[in-house]
Amino acid sequence: MKFGTQSRPLSEGVNSVQRVMLTVWLALVPGTVAATALLGWGVLINVVLAVMAGLAAEALMLWLRARPVRPAITDGSVVVLAWIFALCLPNLGPWWLPVFGAAFAVIVAKQLYGGLGFNLFNPAMVGYVVLLISFPEPMTRWGPAIDVGGGALNFAQSLAWSFSGALPTGIGYDGLSVATPLDHMREQIMAGAPIHAVTQSVLGGAGLARSWNLWLGAGFLLGGALMLWRGVIRWHIPVAVLAGVAGMSGFLWLIAPATHASPLFHLVSGATIFGAFFVATDPVTASTTPRGRLIFGFGIGVLTVLIRSFGNYPDGVAFAVLLMNLCVPLIDYYTQPRVFGHKTAGKLR
Amino acid sequence: MSEIGPKVTKARYDFHGGIHPPENKQLTRDRPIRDLPLMARYVLPLHMHIGASARPVVKVGERVGKGQVLAQATDFISATIHAPTSGTVVAIDDHLIPHPGGLRAPSILLESDGDDLWADMLEPWPDYQTHSPTALRSRLRESGVVGLGGAVFPTAAKLATGPAQVTTLVLNGAECEPYITCDDRLMRESPADIVAGARIALHMLGATQCLIGIEDNKPESLTAMRTAVAEDPRFAVVSVPTRYPAGGEKQLIRMLTGIEVPRGRRATEYGLLCLNVATVASVYQAVVHGLPVIDRIVTLTGGGVVQPDNFKVRIGTLMNDVLTAAGGYRAGVDRLIMGGPMMGFSLPDDTVPVVKATNCMLALRPEDRPEEPAPQPCIRCSLCAEACPADLLPQQLYWYARSRQFDRAVAYHLFDCIECGVCTAVCPSHIPLVDYYRFAKTEVWAQEREKSKATVARDRFEFRKERLERQKAEREAALNKKRQALEAKAAKAVQTPKPPGDTPAEPQTSTETAAGEAAYGEYRPGHAPIDTRLDSAVEAARARSKARRAALEAQRTEAPIPESDDESEKI
Repeated sequence: MKFGTQSRPLSEGVNSVQRVMLTVWLALVPGTVAATALLGWGVLINVVLAVMAGLAAEALMLWLRARPVRPAITDGSVVVLAWIFALCLPNLGPWWLPVFGAAFAVIVAKQLYGGLGFNLFNPAMVGYVVLLISFPEPMTRWGPAIDVGGGALNFAQSLAWSFSGALPTGIGYDGLSVATPLDHMREQIMAGAPIHAVTQSVLGGAGLARSWNLWLGAGFLLGGALMLWRGVIRWHIPVAVLAGVAGMSGFLWLIAPATHASPLFHLVSGATIFGAFFVATDPVTASTTPRGRLIFGFGIGVLTVLIRSFGNYPDGVAFAVLLMNLCVPLIDYYTQPRVFGHKTAGKLR
Repeated sequence: MSEIGPKVTKARYDFHGGIHPPENKQLTRDRPIRDLPLMARYVLPLHMHIGASARPVVKVGERVGKGQVLAQATDFISATIHAPTSGTVVAIDDHLIPHPGGLRAPSILLESDGDDLWADMLEPWPDYQTHSPTALRSRLRESGVVGLGGAVFPTAAKLATGPAQVTTLVLNGAECEPYITCDDRLMRESPADIVAGARIALHMLGATQCLIGIEDNKPESLTAMRTAVAEDPRFAVVSVPTRYPAGGEKQLIRMLTGIEVPRGRRATEYGLLCLNVATVASVYQAVVHGLPVIDRIVTLTGGGVVQPDNFKVRIGTLMNDVLTAAGGYRAGVDRLIMGGPMMGFSLPDDTVPVVKATNCMLALRPEDRPEEPAPQPCIRCSLCAEACPADLLPQQLYWYARSRQFDRAVAYHLFDCIECGVCTAVCPSHIPLVDYYRFAKTEVWAQEREKSKATVARDRFEFRKERLERQKAEREAALNKKRQALEAKAAKAVQTPKPPGDTPAEPQTSTETAAGEAAYGEYRPGHAPIDTRLDSAVEAARARSKARRAALEAQRTEAPIPESDDESEKI
């Protein structure tokens, strides 16, 4: 009797890229729900627009590159990319921010490098940074959180604002937009003024209900826990990022407590938690060795605080991630694990 | 070590990574070993062990008895092959062998006479202690004993440890591959044979202790082996966690002793030697009963067979005969694997013989195995690195193998890969990683062969150049000598005395050179020298070399192998 042949093991698990990506989708839900509830419909509109643009850009590029479209579209990776990217955007931004950014991320940062698995830089962060540099003004259109009069726009109004810039009568843009806590911090640092007032409000000094940063952080922490539990990410990178942020900001805070925010402020504000669990852990662009992941994550944490404190941009997670992406080949090279039976670990002889 | 019961301990050490695939051993674990009926024909490949092929010592048409030597081991690493039953040798010819590529290889075809009569057998040695390790090794060699765990390395060669002093014998009863239960059944049914064989091995090695490693999913085997070794203080039964590949030699040694045997080193350098439980049972049979290896236990299993079972199968039984005797296939079967689902290979045809390496025949239908989804890009998730029992970075190896940067792959320890298939099994992108590593390994081997060929060729070329120069110098020296003699003669004749040149080997001045050329004629290839005074010996030598070159040219066009350019140097 004749048989078919194959060389793959015939006994294996049911893991797949799709399953990994779907887990990330699920993990993004609590944070997205929290962000939408706290910062208004603009968040959800951003996500939907970015995902649609990302899928369209991916399909177009695959078609141009004469690669099979279906497997790449259905593996779920584009949605993860666009979703993570969209969550970085200001909640009062115009519609073309998510569309342009997601398309740029997919076309340039992902597909031009060869598609999934071949990109050197985190595409979501590339999209975000390109927008930040190219369109600084729209990228600061942050509306206040729900506790301070945010959520003033209902879904239809948000949609109208996003697409046409039209606001309902009686609401002015100036009344909507507000500086983020990190912007506030920067202003205070620039002015050389004490920053306790800013940091206190974020850390629940004004009551837990008004500390939207904490709720948002909790949402992403929940998602991160889910990914850890499902084995989609490992603890090394998130822990190292948070340790890097805490360590670097703690160091600055100890030296000059009046002009530097406390480590706790740095941990819960901006994109620290989101970045630690969802951005830095992108497996394609992160280090792959256990020790390398610790170095990679710690570097992101340290750079984030340095950019926040001394750089030109209010938040530094995106730049920190991209800078550390650059170092990944080097880190991986020097942090190889000890091979079975070999005496020494690490770099090649 | 925490005590489980008398003489059963838990392994103190562990290895990195590994996976726990569905065991599927329940299909056959409680099926006792049964004999198969005598078959009409048997096929014995001459090469079913590691090392050199055996050399047939019977002729076509010859009648042989059961256990008679059919083919003799030809090298230190080689194994003797015996007749599985009495009958007639009907052919010594190429036959399909169990190979993923469906290869044919020289085999002895034996037609059974149905009597199953033993030939004259070797003398039983129940008093094996009175025999020297060397004598016992030749007994194992004559009996065709090889590693039955799947590696089929000749046991006599393995036990020839040279100057290394082995203190610990490790018995491998882990049987970590899913589905397979042949060692489990053997340990449960014949633990005394295993222990007796291990005692012989201890005697041969001069070793002082024996550790028996068994995965903890085989409680009956653990109990049976513990009972069998209860009287002997040298033995200890160690339960190891059920995690593939716990039965890998290096992984098992690590778990039992904490010692990591690196690639390129032998376990014996660390005072260790590892044998499979079935192997030592055949050592016992060969030494104490004088019985050669003519059968082995085979697990026939999988959703593709009507009745999964454990059989004692004679070596050379065709797999389709085994299947027929066992009740046949189920409808829809489309894969037949020799070995387990992790490291076994699929066979394109079932008219191949059971060989000494056949521990399992696994027949699967599509519903019994995972789908084969198309490979997707590597997302560097490093699940493979977490699961790798050799602590490698499979995703990096894949990257370098794929981009043909083989030197980088080697630097990332490509050759430490044991090809256990764990990385392929856990890969969410379904990349056939091990295939890439095998490809990279063969490419590196090919490169190295090319390199050594080139080195040999270069050495040969340089030697040839040197020799030609030397010959040229000698020739010129001889010519000069002759010329001087002639000049001296001529000088004498015209009565103008002139001293000979400064040194015979350096006729450098232009007048002398001109004189020389005038005297001996100009050598032009293809033309006979004008001057007949040219030395006839030189002439003859040139003719010879020309003829040789022509012959070589003809040879070269037949077989254009690079180094044959210098074939003349062998003459």
